[in-house]
Amino acid sequence: MFPWLTAALLLPILGAVVVALLPSPSGDQPRTDLPQKVALGFSLLTLLLVAVIGVGFDVGGERYQFTETYTWIESFGAHYALGVDGIGLTLVILTAILTPVVILASWRDGDNGRWGVNSFFAWMLALEGLAIGVFAAMDVFLFYVLFEATLIPIYFLIGGFGGARRSYAAVKFLLFSLLGGLLMLASVVGLYVVSASSEGGPTYLLTELAPITASIDTVTGRWLFLGFFIAFAIKAPMFPVHTWLPDVAQESTPGTSVLLVSILDKIGTFGMLRFCLGLFPEASQWATPVVLVLAVASVLYGGLVAIGQKSIPRLIAYTSVSHFGFIVMGIFVLNSYGQIGSTLYMFNHGLSTAALFLVTGFLINRRGSQLIGDFGGVEKVAPVLAGTFLVAGLSSLSLPGLSPFISEFLVLVGTFTHNWWYAVFAVLGIVLAALYILLTYQRTMTGPTVEAVRGMRDLNLREVGALAPLLLLIVVLGFFPKPLTAIIDPAVGHTLEQVGVSDPQPDVPAPTAAEEEINQ
Amino acid sequence: MTSSSASLFPRLAEEGGHAVPVIHQVPADGVFALLWVIIALPALGAAIILLGGGNRTKGFAHLLGCATVLGSFAISLVSFFALLGRDETDRSVGQFLWTWVDAGSFRADMALLYDPLSALFLLLITGVGSLIHLYSIGYMEHDERRARFFGYLNLFVAAMLMLVLSDNYLGVFLGWEGVGLASYLLIGFWQHKPSAAVAAKKAFVVNRVGDIGMALGTMLVFATFGTVAFAPVSEVAGEAPTATMTALGLLFLLAACGKSAQVPLQSWLLDAMEGPTPVSALIHAATMVTAGVYLVVRSNFIYDYTEVAQTAVVVVGTVTLLWGAIIGCAKDDIKKALAGSTMSQIGYMMLAAGLGPYGYAFAIFHLLTHGFFKANMFLGAGSVMHAMNDDVDMRHYGALQKAVPVTFLTFAMGYLAIIGFPGFSGFWSKDKIIEASFGESTLVGLCALVGAGITAFYMTRVMLMTFFGQKRWEEGVHPHESPKIMTVPLIVLAALSVLGGLLLFGDFVTDWLTPAVGAVAHHELAFAPWVFSLIVTVVVAVGVTIAWLTVGRNEVPRTAPQNVSFVTRAARADLYGDALNEELLMRPGDRFVTGLVGFDDKGVDGVVNGTGTAFAGMSGTFRKLQTGYVRSYALSVLSGAVLVVVALLAVNLT
Repeated sequence: MFPWLTAALLLPILGAVVVALLPSPSGDQPRTDLPQKVALGFSLLTLLLVAVIGVGFDVGGERYQFTETYTWIESFGAHYALGVDGIGLTLVILTAILTPVVILASWRDGDNGRWGVNSFFAWMLALEGLAIGVFAAMDVFLFYVLFEATLIPIYFLIGGFGGARRSYAAVKFLLFSLLGGLLMLASVVGLYVVSASSEGGPTYLLTELAPITASIDTVTGRWLFLGFFIAFAIKAPMFPVHTWLPDVAQESTPGTSVLLVSILDKIGTFGMLRFCLGLFPEASQWATPVVLVLAVASVLYGGLVAIGQKSIPRLIAYTSVSHFGFIVMGIFVLNSYGQIGSTLYMFNHGLSTAALFLVTGFLINRRGSQLIGDFGGVEKVAPVLAGTFLVAGLSSLSLPGLSPFISEFLVLVGTFTHNWWYAVFAVLGIVLAALYILLTYQRTMTGPTVEAVRGMRDLNLREVGALAPLLLLIVVLGFFPKPLTAIIDPAVGHTLEQVGVSDPQPDVPAPTAAEEEINQ
Repeated sequence: MTSSSASLFPRLAEEGGHAVPVIHQVPADGVFALLWVIIALPALGAAIILLGGGNRTKGFAHLLGCATVLGSFAISLVSFFALLGRDETDRSVGQFLWTWVDAGSFRADMALLYDPLSALFLLLITGVGSLIHLYSIGYMEHDERRARFFGYLNLFVAAMLMLVLSDNYLGVFLGWEGVGLASYLLIGFWQHKPSAAVAAKKAFVVNRVGDIGMALGTMLVFATFGTVAFAPVSEVAGEAPTATMTALGLLFLLAACGKSAQVPLQSWLLDAMEGPTPVSALIHAATMVTAGVYLVVRSNFIYDYTEVAQTAVVVVGTVTLLWGAIIGCAKDDIKKALAGSTMSQIGYMMLAAGLGPYGYAFAIFHLLTHGFFKANMFLGAGSVMHAMNDDVDMRHYGALQKAVPVTFLTFAMGYLAIIGFPGFSGFWSKDKIIEASFGESTLVGLCALVGAGITAFYMTRVMLMTFFGQKRWEEGVHPHESPKIMTVPLIVLAALSVLGGLLLFGDFVTDWLTPAVGAVAHHELAFAPWVFSLIVTVVVAVGVTIAWLTVGRNEVPRTAPQNVSFVTRAARADLYGDALNEELLMRPGDRFVTGLVGFDDKGVDGVVNGTGTAFAGMSGTFRKLQTGYVRSYALSVLSGAVLVVVALLAVNLT
């Protein structure tokens, strides 16, 4: 069978190499934008490839599909093994959709970097390939290696292109990530010890490892769980290990922020679902109360601090801390509503945050300042920009009819049925979201037009072209999320089965027969 | 409930002396197959206008906007008569469109429920909506963004129709926030004015507080019954614990308080008058703000099982009907006086809805008549503003009855209707509520009665200050009657204000609603109904007289006098609702956020940075790392990789 996932991983990396080797545009020649065009071409081809995988995915079939397994390092039990279930596939699709959007939106953002424009787009493609690999990895060792490898392109994207303090931001990001990586490494090594002493010898293959760790002794399981969990919590990021994100968002180009927050940070929450829950069911249940408290804290803390921000990208970063709180909450309430909601949330947050970062990026680029106070009355001069900003903002505050509503509501339903106290606190997040979005809209877009934005151009065709697919998806999936929920549902079912929990039952089950009658 | 009427409704479940109806849907055939089109038309209109962009749609947006709503009205009308022709037991029509959310055992459909309750709402929304759309063609004629205005109006109508047609709570939530969005966009339509932008945001945020109730309520419905659809819940509602029903009732009441501007979430409505006047008429008087009443009445199968929540609804309604009326007395801004009145009238509806099956039908009856006469008066106010160069201060009006005769006459019909002049629509609908509330409690009844007197006072004040007395016009103002496109809707609404009471003829409206909301034998009243009517009429007459004595006989000062009683000052300040919010929520909230931001920058970040660097022993490296990129990165990666290999080898070797 054709190795579809390997192809999806290698195609963008091949693209990265090609783009890197293209002749650098030199100052006196007319701009050809060749690196951009080639990069966009590769990312679109990758999207096509991933679309084929998505169409070929059999909803009623095996849990993991498009699997490829080759032994890599026999003495460690490491494999080159790829495969996707509905959860992994959802994130692969997200990655494939966002990369071309980001390339199109960042067309000129690589011009003034530390390195040439080629490297900017090459790193982006490299990141796409590695991210697809992370979401498709079926082997813990391979996952770890790819997890760490994604740091390389994003580190150069942050440190090479962006604001004045980008070096500080890049190093801060790297240190946080390396710390998390080290903790995970300890657990990865621990897993080796556990599996090596089992009957079949050492293995990192997820499908072989899960039965072994399911019967692991309690204390070991909890320690190993912690190594993974903390690494993922830093990645996500959750309160109180979130402080690297605002700095990075403030200094990066908008495109880099999208790749980081919309895609790479999802590795954290994806990892919790796949590895924490999949490998350590007992420890996951043990940790649930603490994790839920931290998640609710992230929701409220992120929302509150966002309200007080003066810089737009920092504000978006804090809203993401709040949103990641919801995602983690949904994962650890350990029921299908919460986890389907969380997986969907990862996808929807990817879209809405991308739209927010990109449209505000266009805004900031035009004004040369990212401070909210430097804007005012933009709607009057750039109505399309203001309108897209509003729609992106409304999706971020989970307006019903836009896709993030469904995921947030499902997470809250899951939380409510798990323990309604958490839901009562977390639901306050919807008021905070209304405040941080609409206050920003009011301050930047409404009122009298300030002098400095008087001549501002509205969005051009390229910028609209980059945002349109995002907004279209947000609306369509808001009314018809079935294409995603259909593939996520069985995958979550398998995960819950592994943890050994089932959904809570209603107290007074209502008959649904009457409904069925109508439906036929 | 007598046995003969019980046999008419075989599916009514007897509970505690009254009947809680069970919704039994029959498939949508015939004309009902077009139910979805009622929502789709204005939604399509909004999409074409808003996505097409202002310049491209300028030429036809207003026509398209009116056509879609008129089309929906036509289908609503045909459907209404089709429903009328059906057996009373077959008047709940269900139409399944598609499965919206399907996750585990959570399922919510895009499915519509067309029953006597939603049928009346459809007529109100599309009927009054059409008139207001037509009126807006004239009112917004000189606004360069008129196309967008019609796009927003269509969006509103679509969302409002979704709200009243959905067969489940999640779909209601969709419409609920959809109308909130439209309201936000339209309050802030003139967003270059900071006051409009702030008012829009305030409306949305306060409504979001109410939405907490909507969201948690929907979750609790699902957690309890395993579904969010009305029909199955209505079947088993009686088996749920009372505590659950009370919680549900209170949560949905919170939601209703937000949307319907009931105390304590009332503060946004007066500011919402920043929006263009047709918006105030359609959204902030006739339709959207009554959604809270709809929610309570629709959830009758919840409220009927919880006296605590019902009492809470009555209390909220009673407090608000007085609160709004008192505010209405002190406002010089004609739109704000009318807005206070709207709060107050919705208070009446809430009060009625809190009375249970006894009051549901009266709540809806008053909701309909109020939709007619308040839309009439808001559009009339718009017409006056049109004549007065957009001035809203009634102290600058006076003696307008000759200058704008059609507006004056139609406004007068609305006036007579709202104060409850015998024979006019408001007389019938308000009278019923006051009568019913005396059946509930003498105190509540007295409050409702006093409210009627205050209503008569403030509305007479508005009438006198606007149309009678001396001219107090600003210089250069030359009042003129509005064009036909604006006066014809006024005339139609005036006619409805006069004749709306016919809905009660032969108990039509109460009988019509019985299959949807249940019915109950009337409470024993201390007096015969006509005695109540007489008492109410006398109280109204007293209110009118006081207004005449204080406002009509004296010269109205062009600026508001400052040495006034504490009550007037309080009423001018909206009974300090905003001041309270400011002191209790906004300022402490601001301080808290500022503190938290400081804490995040210095505290969390400092500690994490500090421990991070100390832990890794890299405080020196930290600085060095910033200088040599590739080298330092390579070093980190390399040391990481070495660590992996070394660790694995070490473990492997032992």
